[in-house]
Amino acid sequence: MLKVLTHAARRDLLLASRRSGEVLAALFFFVMVAMLYPLAVGPEPALLRSVGPGVLWATALLASMLSLGRIFGHDLVDGTLEQMLLSAEPLVAVVIGKVLAHWLITGVPLVLLTPLIALQFDLSAESVQVLAASLLIGTPVLSLVGAIGGALTLGLRGGGALVAVLVLPLYVPVLVFGAGAVGAQAGGGDFSPHLQLLGALLAASFALAPWAAAAALRIALN
Amino acid sequence: MIATSHDPASAGHSLSNGAGWWKYASPHAAYFAIGRLLPWLLASGIGVLGLGLGIGFLVAPADHQQGEVYRILFVHVPTAWVAMVVYVAMAFWAGVGLVMNTRLSFMLMQALAPTGTLSAFLCLWTGALWGKPTWGTWWVWDARLTSVLILLFLYVGFVALQSAIDDSQRADRAGALLALVGVVNVPVIYFSVKWWNTLHQGASISLGSAPTLAPDMLLGLLASALGLWLLAIAAVLARLRCVVLERERHTGWAARVAEGAA
Repeated sequence: MLKVLTHAARRDLLLASRRSGEVLAALFFFVMVAMLYPLAVGPEPALLRSVGPGVLWATALLASMLSLGRIFGHDLVDGTLEQMLLSAEPLVAVVIGKVLAHWLITGVPLVLLTPLIALQFDLSAESVQVLAASLLIGTPVLSLVGAIGGALTLGLRGGGALVAVLVLPLYVPVLVFGAGAVGAQAGGGDFSPHLQLLGALLAASFALAPWAAAAALRIALN
Repeated sequence: MIATSHDPASAGHSLSNGAGWWKYASPHAAYFAIGRLLPWLLASGIGVLGLGLGIGFLVAPADHQQGEVYRILFVHVPTAWVAMVVYVAMAFWAGVGLVMNTRLSFMLMQALAPTGTLSAFLCLWTGALWGKPTWGTWWVWDARLTSVLILLFLYVGFVALQSAIDDSQRADRAGALLALVGVVNVPVIYFSVKWWNTLHQGASISLGSAPTLAPDMLLGLLASALGLWLLAIAAVLARLRCVVLERERHTGWAARVAEGAA
């Protein structure tokens, strides 16, 4: 099962490296949307410092969501997904591998880019650390829950907007605790409960989401 | 509600040979049973809701803090209850449908969603009307408000997903899965926004701190809640009949009913 998982993840990473334009576009989307806010709300450092963590978290949510269609979409078009469903290997392992690849392609670069973008919002070094930690724990949850949405909307008309409507309400707890951690740190409070709750969300979604996504794939391909 | 006489519409049809309540799991039997039940539900719903609103608007005393404004309560609270319980019912029938593979469960799930959406929307709307005179604002990011808003979005997502899929079997199963995923998330969402607010800002006005209700107020509230429940059930069952007719249009009985109605 572990072999299937790593193979699925490695395959998706290889495919993504061959089509690196798509990956880079999602990253530049993150950078550009984050840039829109200072231009829109005004450049006062105190204001930017207070909205910065929330803005970065909401932007990360959108950037991660933008690429959800890719988790299963390309494989549906070229017929690979059907073979994966037919194979004797557990589908859940394939799903976890693909989710892992999605996180490595979209989540990890966001975490790495965050310190750079946080400079635009004049965040302190401590805030940036907490923000990066919360993104590191939170973005896998986005990939896991998002995989359900991606599988449910497979091959549907208007898939992009539909996946947003399905998935964004489910993303709310991640956003609340992720941005809440940085807010608590900036307010001089204890931020560790937020990170622990994010960890709990990660554990729960890791236990449930791959099975739900695999069931959704079976429904979609019938 | 056990069938003792037959509708003129169902003449020539005996209800299937299943025993007891199980026979209503057949869309055909359910269609005619609901047809007999619906006028009673509708009449009692209108009557009880009218009674509840009458007590609430005319008999119950004005609140000593909020004055007359509080009377929105008699509409607001019942819609909130309906919105929340309908989602759980939807997820319940989704689970039943996925496990037992019964067609009527999926149809009921589909029929519940618009009623839930509407009551969540009405709950937010009446809440805003209440909030403006009492809190001085249409909207605050309070835990309850936010979680009802997200509940509305969950409903919208469900309806959007179902309407985007043409194949009704896939639409049923995909919608059922989404409803179950959503119901797992409802407590998480509720507690997340609740903790988020208590950590960030002082608690806003909550329903828990409302003064204890006078007997007339309580009676009016319970009656209007019961009345709205009856009306909501009537609306769901009426919609279920339409869904049954649409899905069973290939059968002889549905075609005959449709011809009769046209």
